Amino acid sequence: MCLGIPFKIEKIEGNSAIGSVSGIKREIDIRILDDVNINDYVLVHAGFAIQKVDEFEAKETLDILREYAKSGF
Amino acid sequence: MQNQDFKHNSKLAQILAQLREQIKQKYSFMEVCGTHTVSILKNGFRDYFKNKIDFLSGPGCPVCVTAQRDIDKIVCLAKQNVIIATFGDMIKVPGTKSSLEKEQAKGADVKIIYNPLQCIDLARKYKDKKIVFIGIGFETTAPVIAALVQDAYQKNIRNLFILPLLKTIPQAINFLLQSPKVNINGFLLPGHVSVIIGENPYKFINSKYQLACAIAGFEPLDIALAIKSLLSQIKDGNPKIDNVYRRVVKKEGNPKAKVLIFKTFQKCDTYWRGLGIIPHSGLKLLDKYADFDADKNFSLEFEIEEKATGCICGDILAGIKSPLDCKLFGTKCTPDNPIGPCMVSIEGACSAFYKYGLTSINK
Repeated sequence: MCLGIPFKIEKIEGNSAIGSVSGIKREIDIRILDDVNINDYVLVHAGFAIQKVDEFEAKETLDILREYAKSGF
Repeated sequence: MQNQDFKHNSKLAQILAQLREQIKQKYSFMEVCGTHTVSILKNGFRDYFKNKIDFLSGPGCPVCVTAQRDIDKIVCLAKQNVIIATFGDMIKVPGTKSSLEKEQAKGADVKIIYNPLQCIDLARKYKDKKIVFIGIGFETTAPVIAALVQDAYQKNIRNLFILPLLKTIPQAINFLLQSPKVNINGFLLPGHVSVIIGENPYKFINSKYQLACAIAGFEPLDIALAIKSLLSQIKDGNPKIDNVYRRVVKKEGNPKAKVLIFKTFQKCDTYWRGLGIIPHSGLKLLDKYADFDADKNFSLEFEIEEKATGCICGDILAGIKSPLDCKLFGTKCTPDNPIGPCMVSIEGACSAFYKYGLTSINK
């Protein structure tokens, strides 16, 4: 039940934003996040953005895996 | 059917093969979250690590751990000419004699919602009715329900009530670990609960129980990283809270969400299905919001009788037994005719085992 889906923010008005994922648009409440900007990816649970997706860390995770694949554990 | 999609991703397949190779004895890892249970089964990890890692499903599906007596309470509310607003997962869960679905068939007004704030619109649309929101969930959902309470308070909505059934995960883990029957070598900690609470509330698992922990995401890559982390913590004898889901989980969690939770709720003891009463593991509304508390504004009298069905969901939620140990699994208890909550919820262990074809034949 604690599903979270990453949405890309397209529009912001006060605490409300419009986000999209795979062509689906949803209204998202952003009151529990600071500093949300257009084009940010946010993790959405039950209509609320609960965290920004850190693109650097997302890339880092993939890089770590690539590294392990090359060198082993 | 299980995907084993990772087999088509050569890098991931290579990593997993290395991991499997390095395991020389059998470990038991508990995935606390229902979404992890589904991912582990769907992606075939359970089969892939057969005889190497036993994946135990924990008490991390809010629907599954909601007590039968709370379902009876919800049924009792549904009979009182109110509108019940609920997340969809709840409607099939059987109480002692009925369920929301059965009450709906008898004429009760039950509306499935996606965002709790939809209750504000319902309350405005149906001014002559009382709206009761079934507030289930863990820390992930608590700030969202807190936002509903805050909005209802500020907008002075008088016909909206919340039945608070929120539960908190670290207290449940602590409770489980006190049982001598539980045998766990490490935890895959729930990613989206951790988005809110951060890393610190789990520290006791290292300090008190010396067990390895990895905060994990839900993709096959995330699960692989978590397994790798747990194995290396065990090998090094250095248990820690390793956050391998850093793209959304921050060390401190989400501070604004935490403030919202504690502006709205206070801790209380609460009853978990299969586990019993766990101290300080629930969230109830602060007295300031008593006017919104369904527990305080409705007559909720019903007999508590926990019916013996032969269902072993309690032991499954505690990580003591597997769905395959249950004589009802796949025969008397199926997703179409669920007897226990772990078969009702799509994130319940029994439902996931059934969906991904795990039967006693391939045990």
